[in-house]
Amino acid sequence: MKIGDIFEETYSALSSNKIRSSLTILGIVIGIASVIILISIGQGASGSIQSNIESIGSNLIIVSPGVQRGAGTMVSSGRGSAKSLKLTDAEAIASEISGIKAVAAEVSGRYQITAKGQNTNTTVDGTVPDYATVRNLEIESGSFLSQQNIENASKVAVIGPSVRDDLFGEDVDPVGQTIKINKIQFKIIGLTKEKGGAGFGSQDDMIFIPISTAQRFLSGNEYVTSINVAAVDAESTSIVQQEITDLLLEKHNIADSTLADFSTMNQADLLSSATSITDTLTMLLGAVAGISLVVGGIGIMNMMLTSVTERTKEIGLRKAIGAKRKDINLQFFTEAVSLTFLGGAIGILMGWSVAFILTYFNILTASVSLSSVLLAFGVSTAIGIIFGYYPARRASQLNPIDALRYE
Amino acid sequence: MIESKNISKIYKTGETDFFALKNISFKIEDGEFVAIMGPSGSGKSTLMHILGALDTPSEGKYFLDGQDVSTLSDDELADIRKSKIGFVFQVFNLLPRATVLRNVMLPLVYAGVEKETRKKVAEKAMFAVGLEEDHFYHLSNQLSGGQTQRVAIARALVNEPSLILADEPTGNLDTKTGEIVIQTFQKLNLEQGKTIILITHEQEVAQYAKRIIHIRDGQIIDDKKTEMKK
Repeated sequence: MKIGDIFEETYSALSSNKIRSSLTILGIVIGIASVIILISIGQGASGSIQSNIESIGSNLIIVSPGVQRGAGTMVSSGRGSAKSLKLTDAEAIASEISGIKAVAAEVSGRYQITAKGQNTNTTVDGTVPDYATVRNLEIESGSFLSQQNIENASKVAVIGPSVRDDLFGEDVDPVGQTIKINKIQFKIIGLTKEKGGAGFGSQDDMIFIPISTAQRFLSGNEYVTSINVAAVDAESTSIVQQEITDLLLEKHNIADSTLADFSTMNQADLLSSATSITDTLTMLLGAVAGISLVVGGIGIMNMMLTSVTERTKEIGLRKAIGAKRKDINLQFFTEAVSLTFLGGAIGILMGWSVAFILTYFNILTASVSLSSVLLAFGVSTAIGIIFGYYPARRASQLNPIDALRYE
Repeated sequence: MIESKNISKIYKTGETDFFALKNISFKIEDGEFVAIMGPSGSGKSTLMHILGALDTPSEGKYFLDGQDVSTLSDDELADIRKSKIGFVFQVFNLLPRATVLRNVMLPLVYAGVEKETRKKVAEKAMFAVGLEEDHFYHLSNQLSGGQTQRVAIARALVNEPSLILADEPTGNLDTKTGEIVIQTFQKLNLEQGKTIILITHEQEVAQYAKRIIHIRDGQIIDDKKTEMKK
């Protein structure tokens, strides 16, 4: 039997039962479309988290106070809660380690902010002028903190656009206005440019004040909550990170690095941990969609088995006029694979357009990758092969005499 | 030429063996028109299955054109059916929702005949059984019983088989159309020299053949030449 003949037989068999064929295909269409949509949503989320992290600043190393654990005690006060880093640590890093572009220590905390009867609760970051370099901050209007502000412990603030929106409304230039942080009056000297990104760690929802002011009036002590270090380039990041660790261990008189009272993290670590979270999410979404594909595949098998039973006489006749087992096998197998192939193609188109619509109307960021399309196509064809195999085999093994007698 | 030598077909039912056929021996020369007659349960269907290479005998040998068919595998039997045998069934067994032409061409598909020649060969077979050209593109389930059976005969003819096997071809037809169908066989035998074996339980149908073999309880009880009714 020639390939062209097999496709002709398949077409005539499937088209003679249009409703049943299309309902069966629908199962696969829904399965494939949901695989494409859910995976693209997962990958879209992963992409936007990555760009968020990258927007914070490349080549960035963050030193935070670590778990403080004395010898012999098992009591941990939790990572980051310890008061172990001081401004002198930041100064030591800046002066003793080469390959560093800028160092910025910060003291941050959440405070209630009021202005002209409006109020909000946000992160107030006491920091230094270099912070803008380290974190890629740009100024929309006014200026960032100056060295002068630090030395004088001035009560001045630079606010993010989200804070501006909350306190003064959109498109208002807040420079020159005053706000109260923890009931202490600050004068606004600058507004940062919008960086985008939402949720945890958004730099749009922050207020920057001189670090000396924050230590004196807000935190009331000499410790810092983190030290941001920008390496000169991405390649030297890990070397610089190692040097910082060695320096601080020596400075804090800690011989065993596992007992360090601080921790360092670089951009790559952050990215890889975020990536592993979104990858797991993507896999989970894909697995949920995969279940619907399997259900669709069972639908195909069900239809093929019904079809074999209905067409028993036809199979008997084909065998009587000389069809071999492999001819019958191939005929039914091609029917099943064509169904899933067609369903897969329609499903990919559907999934793709839904992902496009979601992105176009800014509902969700969904990015369809070639690999997820290939995966979906491969899976749908594989389902046709797996669920078409048994019915086709059953058809091919029918005894021609029994099949011809079948009523 | 067909030769059956001591063919038996035995079905095991529990402890006892049931002989559907017992020591059947006969020869059918090319160009014969033979009717095999017998009441239901006589074993004539079993015999037809063996002659049609749908089944193999439990004992004995069956030669078709000198080739021993009794020991072949399923796929080898399919090859024999494809090249040497044309079937006509009581219930027609045409593909529904397919045109007359496609039904007649179906054996050529399995025989691997080129697409371009299929139509020509099929048309020749359809003219031979007296089908009109305007029937070719009708769907097979839109035809009358007599026409349907002639389509089935054309399908049996299309591979130029050595043997046409007709199993109760008039069983589902009224007397008049049955007569037309049986005369079609007669014409094929007389004019084109086709070897035809007709399985029937009706005396009137058997009369059209040149030779009648009677079977009862799996054995030949009578085998004689007769005057062909025209």
